[in-house]
Amino acid sequence: MSNLDNLYREIIMEHYKNPRNHGLVDNENYKSNRIKNPSCGDDITVQTLIEDNKVKDIKQEATGCSISVASASVLTEIMKGKTVEDAKRIADAYLNMVTNKEYDQSIDLEEASVFSGVKKFPARIKCASIAWVAFKDTLE
Amino acid sequence: MIENKWKQDFPQLNGDFYYFDSAATSLKPEIVINSVNYYNRELSSNINRGMYDKSQKATELYEESRKTIAKFINAKNDEIIFTRGTTASLNFVASAYGLTNLTADDEILTSELEHHSSVLPWINVASKTKAKLKYIELEKPGKITIEAFKKAITNKTKVVAINYVSNVMGYIVPIKEIVEIAHKHNAIVIVDGAQAVQHIPVDVKALDVDFFAFSGHKMLGPTGIGVLYGKQELLEKIKPIEFGGDMTIDVEKNSFGWKVSPTKFEAGTMPIAGAIGLKTAVDYLTNIGIDKVSEYTKDLYNYFLNQVEMIKGLIIYNPNSDANIFTFNLENVPSHDAISFFAEKNIALRAGQHCAKLIHDYLNINASLRGTIYIYNTYEEIDFLVETIKEAIDYFKKLGF
Ligand SMILES: Cc1ncc(COP(=O)(O)O)c(C=O)c1O
Repeated sequence: MSNLDNLYREIIMEHYKNPRNHGLVDNENYKSNRIKNPSCGDDITVQTLIEDNKVKDIKQEATGCSISVASASVLTEIMKGKTVEDAKRIADAYLNMVTNKEYDQSIDLEEASVFSGVKKFPARIKCASIAWVAFKDTLE
Repeated sequence: MIENKWKQDFPQLNGDFYYFDSAATSLKPEIVINSVNYYNRELSSNINRGMYDKSQKATELYEESRKTIAKFINAKNDEIIFTRGTTASLNFVASAYGLTNLTADDEILTSELEHHSSVLPWINVASKTKAKLKYIELEKPGKITIEAFKKAITNKTKVVAINYVSNVMGYIVPIKEIVEIAHKHNAIVIVDGAQAVQHIPVDVKALDVDFFAFSGHKMLGPTGIGVLYGKQELLEKIKPIEFGGDMTIDVEKNSFGWKVSPTKFEAGTMPIAGAIGLKTAVDYLTNIGIDKVSEYTKDLYNYFLNQVEMIKGLIIYNPNSDANIFTFNLENVPSHDAISFFAEKNIALRAGQHCAKLIHDYLNINASLRGTIYIYNTYEEIDFLVETIKEAIDYFKKLGF
């Protein structure tokens, strides 16, 4: 498989075209975080509702390239129902994976593992990270 | 088809590499690299102060560079100030002239075509002085016309901050006419020439501009060196904003004076190697002749345009660019997805907003891809680029974009 085919996996395209948990809510109980990347036009907002130390709900709105939109969508699917600690651990592992750093392989990244192809494209690491970085901040 | 005589002068083009990002920065010919190395290897010493041979020689070369650049744009030697680049030049004018001369009654005229370095300093001046910032209405697909300029200028306009050639659209702005009109309204004109000097002959006296800025690294020179041209009368009136070594006279505990222009604006140790390298770059371009550069690259650009005009799924935002800049998108493909396809083929383009968000807002797009054709590009490279554009369109279509 070429590097490019390995980047544009079917699951990623599917999320790009049908982003999950898309659309923001007007609810103060959600912690909201917006990150823009002015150099490429990415604009991503993540909203997280924490209840009983768990991610009860998560919403996203992302404009940008397929990788940034799909990674926001996959993020919301995976994180729903996770405890705050697990969510942080998974997010850290994911961010290390896409930046080609060492990470705890025993952590199950579920569908997010399809983004492993990003590490061959240093210029695209930001695209794959932006929603996850935004999400981590909502947990603080 | 003309054979390319210049590509061999650029050591970075020694293999499977297709460079179409010259508007971001140009490649450097061997002789420029050598002249930077010559200073670093043989002549390292500070200028204007060492009383030994090497320092004398370095000072001479630094001042030779100023002369060469003055001649290149038809200025006087003392009207050439060395800076870090266009951004530093334009910020200097905004701070040293704008902040001190403008008031709430004044207007600043600019355009949505500007690179951030040509407009942000004036947004800052406007917010500090309460002067009003106004935008010239663009004509489709994104041009500044004399008619629109006439409509926008008023007797309150004190400053016109405008590009000569936009780094996104590549159209030549009618600067000479604009300056004439501006001067009738007693406004000064500050021109961002960063994308002009490498493509068209520039004569600051004929244009009658008040300030003119450009960067070395976009015209085959080194990074870290740029130029600000200013009319002598204006430079005499403006006070320096940086204080330090070399620019002073009479330093006392509570006061100091400064020398005349350009020295008063060149505080501290300047990028000496950069200035020496820039002279070599200007000599290189002058030897070829900017007219020749323009003629060759225009032919190449037209050759490119002819082949891509009919490609379905390719959107070009600036047909018939004057500076061989093509700004485009593949239909339904975000520019950062598309750029990876080209990068995998060793084709260097730029993706994003190219430090010019306002023109992307005007075009109603998030981001774009940009390519530029310059003297080291060849017909074969254009063929490969065109082929790759077609492949990319197919590839992303198949993926479902
Ligand atoms: C039109 C224009 N103006 C200004 C600049 C800024 O130049 P520099 O980054 O060398 O300061 C650029 C290049 O990025 C440009 O293309």
